[in-house]
Amino acid sequence: MAPAVPPPASAAKPAGLRGWIYKRFPVQEFISEQLTGYYAPKNFNIWYFFGSLALVVLVLQLVTGIFLTMFYKPGEATSFDSVEFIMREVQWGWLIRYLHSTGASVFFIVVYLHMFRSMLYGSYRAPRELLWLIGMLVYLALMAEAFFGYVLPWGNMSFWGAQVIVNLFGTIPVIGPGLVLWIRGDYGIADATLGRFFALHVAAVPLAILLLVMLHLVALRRTGSNNPDGIEIKERVGADGHPLDGIPFHPYYTVKDIVGIGVMLVMLAIVVFFIPSFGGLFLEAPNFEPANPMSTPEHIAPVWYFTPYYAILRAVPDQRLGALLMFLAVALFVFLPWLDRSPVKSMRYRGILSRGALAIFAVSFIALGYLGLQPAEGIYVVLARIFAVCYFLFFILMPWYSRIDKVKPVPERVVFHENH
Amino acid sequence: MRTIRRALLLACVLASGAAAAAEAGAGAGADWMTWHAADDVTNTASLQRGARNFMAYCLGCHALKYERYYRMGTDLGLTPEELQQYLIAPGDKPADYILTTMPAADAATWFGKTPPDLSLMARARGADYLYQFLKTFYVDSSRPTGANNLRLPATAMPAVLSELEGLKSAVYKDEQETTADGKPMTVHVFDHFEQLAPGRMSAAEYDAFVHDTVNFLDYVGEPTQAERRSLGIWVVLFLLVFTWLAWLLKQQYWKDVH
Repeated sequence: MAPAVPPPASAAKPAGLRGWIYKRFPVQEFISEQLTGYYAPKNFNIWYFFGSLALVVLVLQLVTGIFLTMFYKPGEATSFDSVEFIMREVQWGWLIRYLHSTGASVFFIVVYLHMFRSMLYGSYRAPRELLWLIGMLVYLALMAEAFFGYVLPWGNMSFWGAQVIVNLFGTIPVIGPGLVLWIRGDYGIADATLGRFFALHVAAVPLAILLLVMLHLVALRRTGSNNPDGIEIKERVGADGHPLDGIPFHPYYTVKDIVGIGVMLVMLAIVVFFIPSFGGLFLEAPNFEPANPMSTPEHIAPVWYFTPYYAILRAVPDQRLGALLMFLAVALFVFLPWLDRSPVKSMRYRGILSRGALAIFAVSFIALGYLGLQPAEGIYVVLARIFAVCYFLFFILMPWYSRIDKVKPVPERVVFHENH
Repeated sequence: MRTIRRALLLACVLASGAAAAAEAGAGAGADWMTWHAADDVTNTASLQRGARNFMAYCLGCHALKYERYYRMGTDLGLTPEELQQYLIAPGDKPADYILTTMPAADAATWFGKTPPDLSLMARARGADYLYQFLKTFYVDSSRPTGANNLRLPATAMPAVLSELEGLKSAVYKDEQETTADGKPMTVHVFDHFEQLAPGRMSAAEYDAFVHDTVNFLDYVGEPTQAERRSLGIWVVLFLLVFTWLAWLLKQQYWKDVH
């Protein structure tokens, strides 16, 4: 670990209130260990914005969520009306609600790009396996959080989406039907379901996410960040004890991340103020009709961030096998650190096999996401099957292609282009 | 109800005769699926006319249960006096939600289903849907209401706007198609509308009427949308300046990274 910068002797004993606090609380140590004394590689590119952006979106969701909770009333008879009350009669309620609903989609965009970054530069590789695994747990918790949140407005798509997802647990042999009843708390998606999903969405899962994010950062502080060259900067330390290719996180990456935050906020604002439904992708039209167990929407589709998995589910003729493959499609990410046998981390120094496989995987993921939004018929099912096979082959064949792939020599120092 | 409607329809049809039928242009309405409602929610005059149309023709059966009268008056630039005089239903107060007086249970008996609340119809189905719906009613004696609709076939709603639009019939044509297994098949497809009887409005006037009404429902679907867009320009401009300044700051700091 990077040695912490000892506080200068002159600043060791500040007087007054600051001194009083420092004596009782490690403010200086926190700043010097976590920010000014934490060395990050200087060659971060655009892909390295998404971690801090995810943190910003998390805060956005927590703050807007707290305000929504003040007026939202969970319950079959009240949920839908209370959301419309927020949209129409609560001061700035429409803005808070759109920030929250758009924030959910932005969270997934940022997290998917953050995960892709890790796959691009081998950030999940030793010694960062635990960092990756904790990140996967954050992703799982985030999916649960998004699903529960999607049910809360109690629109017709909320209702039928919940119906489809919860019924997936019914495909588990033996315990399935009982499990579904236990999750719903009723024989259908009903008031009891709404109440518990609300509790999970506003208390349990956010707490879990906060804890996991903290653990994710703790693990990151132990190993330090990877970088686009996949080089361990700690292996080359200068006379001052700091990595030669590292720069203090603060101020260099704090000022840089503010730029990234600005760009993200511009895009967020464009969606929130001009296209909040995002053509039915962020807010679906059928969800402006109240939940109605007697009327099924024409096409039941989850929100876009789940559709790659939904497409896999529907591509398999057998429902039980489909559900199993869908869960597997999520779970396979966990094994990446051990499936990848390449001698180098970064795609920059890997050959055509690894690069091609990752490209095919990315295309398959996006294509499955598109197909999951389409009706499950004709050519769409055929394509979903082809892309699902590509998706799984990326993981299954990885131990083979990553080992035999031709790699380029990795330089000793990171590649850095100065600003001019 | 049913017999009255039918008798009315029959009378209208007989009275209009062949003269009205000749009025309709060839292929009128053939392209109804491509009709779009104009996005016009900043046009206050249009919204005011739409509100008037709604109160006169829709509120008898349909409510706007999430919209209050005074909110509508404020957003549509009406004074409290104008609101009270022209738009508030007798017995209602400005702070009341815009509710229909038709009892839901009776409505279900009369029409087969309760007429839906229209507060969010423009968001759930889209303004284009509403526009197409209001313009594709046609005479169909097989329906209990004597009317049918292309956008929502077998709709429970009677053609309440026929006194304005007049009556039109749907003319179908036979087309030859091949089924999946290669057999020829005759399908019955909509070709055009034929005007059977004129209404109080010309075609252009009725189109403007529907435009205003749909525009009003679009506004009710999301009353804040005009404010949202006008505020958004300033927010985005502010964030662009903020991002530019942040970038300059970053460039300054990164000068000493080699």
